[in-house]
Amino acid sequence: MAAVAPAGSWARVATALLVGCCGAALASGVQDQAEQFFKSGHTNNWAVLVCTSRFWFNYRHVANTLSVYRSVKRLGIPDSHIVLMLADDMACNPRNPKPATVFSHKNMELNVYGDDVEVDYRSYEVTVENFLRVLTGRIPPSTPRSKRLLSDDRSNILIYMTGHGGNGFLKFQDSEEITNVELADAFEQMWQKRRYNELLFIIDTCQGASMYERFYSPNIMALASSQVGEDSLSHQPDLGIGVHLMDRYTFYVLEFLEEIHPASQTNMNDLFQVCPKSLCVSTPGHRTDLFQRDPQNVLITDFFGSVRKVEITTETISLKSDLAGFESKLPKDELATEPLKYAEQLPVAQIIHQKPKQKDWHPPGGFILGLWALIIMVFFKTYGIKHMKHVF
Amino acid sequence: AASAQLQLAVPVAVVFAPGSVPGDLPRPLPFRDVQEMEISVNLRSHVTSRYEMAYRRAMAREEAALDAATAREADAALHPLQDSSLGSLTVYVVPETSSLLPQGINVYVGKHRSALVRAGEGLAALRTRLRLLTQVMSFTASSIAAALSDRVPNSQLGPDARRHLKSSLGYEITFSLLNPDPKSHAVDWDIEGAVSRYVQPVLDKLSVVANFSVDSQVRAGRGLAGCPGVQFPASNVFVVCPQILYYAVLGVTPRFDKESSSFLLSAHSLPHVINPVEARLGSSAASLYPVLNFLLYVPERSHSPLYIQDKDGAPVSTNAFHSPRWGGIMIYNVEAPASPQTPLPLHVEVDMVRVMGVFLAQLRLLFGLSREELPPEFLLESPGNEGLADWELDRLLWAHTVENIATVSTTLTSLAQLLDKIGNIVIKDDVASEVYRAVASAQSAMAKLATGHLHVAFQASKEAVTSSERAFFDPSLLHLLYFPDDQKFAIYIPLFLPMAVPILLSLAKIVREARQRRKEPTKMD
Repeated sequence: MAAVAPAGSWARVATALLVGCCGAALASGVQDQAEQFFKSGHTNNWAVLVCTSRFWFNYRHVANTLSVYRSVKRLGIPDSHIVLMLADDMACNPRNPKPATVFSHKNMELNVYGDDVEVDYRSYEVTVENFLRVLTGRIPPSTPRSKRLLSDDRSNILIYMTGHGGNGFLKFQDSEEITNVELADAFEQMWQKRRYNELLFIIDTCQGASMYERFYSPNIMALASSQVGEDSLSHQPDLGIGVHLMDRYTFYVLEFLEEIHPASQTNMNDLFQVCPKSLCVSTPGHRTDLFQRDPQNVLITDFFGSVRKVEITTETISLKSDLAGFESKLPKDELATEPLKYAEQLPVAQIIHQKPKQKDWHPPGGFILGLWALIIMVFFKTYGIKHMKHVF
Repeated sequence: AASAQLQLAVPVAVVFAPGSVPGDLPRPLPFRDVQEMEISVNLRSHVTSRYEMAYRRAMAREEAALDAATAREADAALHPLQDSSLGSLTVYVVPETSSLLPQGINVYVGKHRSALVRAGEGLAALRTRLRLLTQVMSFTASSIAAALSDRVPNSQLGPDARRHLKSSLGYEITFSLLNPDPKSHAVDWDIEGAVSRYVQPVLDKLSVVANFSVDSQVRAGRGLAGCPGVQFPASNVFVVCPQILYYAVLGVTPRFDKESSSFLLSAHSLPHVINPVEARLGSSAASLYPVLNFLLYVPERSHSPLYIQDKDGAPVSTNAFHSPRWGGIMIYNVEAPASPQTPLPLHVEVDMVRVMGVFLAQLRLLFGLSREELPPEFLLESPGNEGLADWELDRLLWAHTVENIATVSTTLTSLAQLLDKIGNIVIKDDVASEVYRAVASAQSAMAKLATGHLHVAFQASKEAVTSSERAFFDPSLLHLLYFPDDQKFAIYIPLFLPMAVPILLSLAKIVREARQRRKEPTKMD
C-alpha cells in the first residue's frame, strides 16, 4: 500500500498539470466528456459488499470483500454509502497469527484491513433476511442510518458477493441459502421502487454464473467468477498465516482496480477481460443483456468510484443585511427546552420488565393436514377398522 | 407502470387596466374562459393543464395602485388586493404604451403571485404572452415530465430532469467550513447568526414544501460540536448542522496562472474535488432525509487566491460550484495581508452576506428553481431576503404534487403485483389500513388538483406518499418469511417420500381388494 499511494498522487498531479496546459485545445474534448457524464445519469454511488462465509479457513472470502471495499473507498465512495457485511471476524480471530490484519497478497504485502474499516453488518447479523432487507428497504424503523441502503432513482449500486455457492444458490453462514430466484425478486422489488439507476452485480463463488441467470429487471449488469459446473479456485496460500488468502478472480480484479484512479476512462469491456481461463482456471462470465447502455460506454468509475457531476454556479442572490430581524428572534431563545438526557428518552422500566414475546401459533396448513389425514386413513384401512375403537 | 390521468387546474385572473382592453374581445367583460392543453408524458399517462381564465376590468383601488411610478411599487400596492391562495395567478394588463414597464420589457413578474403584462397589438398577441406567462409561473411540459421522470423513457429527457431534488418529507442541510491551513488563517464565521438571519426566512417560506421546526435545530448547532441528535424531528423538517473541518484539503492541486498571479481550478477537475472531502462530512445518524452539503473552503496561504475557471477559461464570478442532489462548494479567498510581517495566523472574518447569497442561490438551483431560461422580454423581480418568490414556491408545489401522486400510484401498483405473485403473504391490518389511506389521499389530491386547490392537494399528496411508503416498506412484507412453494417440495419430499412408499403400496392393495370384492358378488351369483 505504501508503494501505491505516491504513484497515484503523482499521476494525479501530472494529469492536472497536463490538462491545465492543454486546456484550450481540449475544450471540445471536455465538452464531450461532460456529455458522457450526463449519459450515465447517476448522481450518487452505493456499494453493498457481502462476505457470506464464516470460519477461519474461509479467510479468503473476507479478504476478497475487504479488497473490493478498499478499492471502492479509494476511488471515492464514502463509508456512509457503503454497506459492508462480513460474516466472520478474521482480523481479531484467535487463530490469526498477525492480529488486526487481513492480507490479500502472500508474504503479507498488502493489508486490506487498514485503519478505517467500517463494518456495518458483522458476524451473525449477516443473514439472508438482513441482506434482503437491506436491498429491498423493508427494514425495521430502529435500524441506524449506516445499516441502510438509502439509494434513490439516480444511484448506481455495486453489489459484490463472495462465499461458497452452488448451482442456483449461495450459502450464508453455513446454515442457510439464498437462491437465485430470491435474489432476482429482490432486485425486481428494488426496480419497482426505483431504488437504483444501474446495478453492477459481481459474484465470486463456485458456479457463480447461476446466480445471475434469473435476473429480469432492467439496468443490471452481472459478472461471475465461474460458469455453472465449474469451481472458482483460490489463489495462493500464505504459509505464515496458514490459509489461502484470496480467490483468483477477485485477486486479479483487485490488481486491475489498483490501476484505476478516479479520472480514468477505462470501461467495462476491460473488466470483462480480467482473469482469463489461463490465470483463473475457471471461466468468468458476464451478463449485459438487461443493461441499456453499451458496456463500451460504461466507465469503471461509474460503479466503483463516485465521480459527481458538477455545475458552475452562475446565479447569486443579493441579500440585505438584516440586523433588526435577528434581534426580534432572540426572545424565542428563552423558550428553548433543556436537552433531554439519553436515559429519559427510553422507557427503561418497560424494557427491564419485558416478557419474551409469544410467537403466534398457527394451526397446521392444508397441505400438512391433508397429508396426515391420508396417512391415518390408509393406516386404519389397511390394518382394520377395529383399531379405531382403541383410539376413541 | 400504471396509467395516470391528471388534471391540473390553475385559476388565473386577468385584470384589464383602463385603456388596455383589446378591441377584438369575443365577449364583453367580465367573462370566463378555459384553456386546456394536454401534456402527454407517455402512451399511458396524460396530464391535462386547465387554465381557468377570468377576465375583468380593474376596480378603482387597483387602478389607483397601477398609477404607481415603477412596476415594483405597483406590485407591492396590488399585493393586498389580490387572491393570493397557493396556485392562483393574477395578471394585470397595462396599455401597450404604458411607462410602468421599462423599455423593451413586456412582462414583469412580481415577488408574489402577480404579473404586469403589456396589452400587445391585439387579442392574439396578448393571449400568446399570457400563455407563456402562466406556464412560467405554474408549470411547463418539461417540468411535469421531469416530475414524472420515472415513467418517461430516458432519452426524451434533457439533463435537467436528473438534477433536481426529489420530493421528500424533509431535507437535512449541512454547512461546513473547510480550513486546510489553520496555522495561517484563523477563520471565524458567524454561522448561527447567518442561518437565523438569512437561511431561516427561506426555509420558513419553503416550510409548506417540507415543514421546518425552528426552535431547537438551528440554535443547537454550536460550531465544532456538529449536530446534536437529541430531538428527533417529529415530521417534515429541515435540519441544519454547521461544522468546521480542519486540515481538509481539496483533492485536486490547482495550477498557478502567471498572468493573473492566481491559482486556477479548471471546470473538469471539479468533480474530483468533492470525494476526499465527502468522507469527512458527518451526517446526522437519526434522520433518513436526503442531505444537502454546503461547504465553504478557505484556500491555504500558499494557494491563494484561488479561482474557478469555467469552460471558456474565464474565472467564475461566484467562485462556487454545485453538484445535483449533493450540495455546493464555495471558495472564499482571503486577501493577502498588507505587510509580510503580519503575524500568523491571520484573523479572517467571513462575509456571511456574500456567502449566504451564493449558498441560497445554490439551494434554489438544487431544488430546480432557475431563472435563466426565460425570453428577454421578461423581467423578474428579485425575491430579496425571502429567497424565492411566491410563484416559484407554486412551481415547486405543482411539480412535487404531481411527483407524489405518480409515486403513490407506482408504489401501490407494484405492491398489488407483489401480492398477486406471492399468494401466501399475510397482510397485517395496519398495512392494509395504510394502503386504504394512501388510496383515499391520492384520490383527494387528484380531485383537488382538478379544481385548482393547490395547497390542499399538496398536503393530501404528502399524506398519500407517507402512507404508501409505510405500507410498501413494512418489514413484515419480506417474502422470505413466507413459505414459497418450491421450498415446500424441497423440504418435505425427502422427509415424506420414504414414508409414503408403504402408504402408496397399501393404497394400491386397498384398491385391488375393493375391485376384487366388487367382482366376487357377481361371480357368486
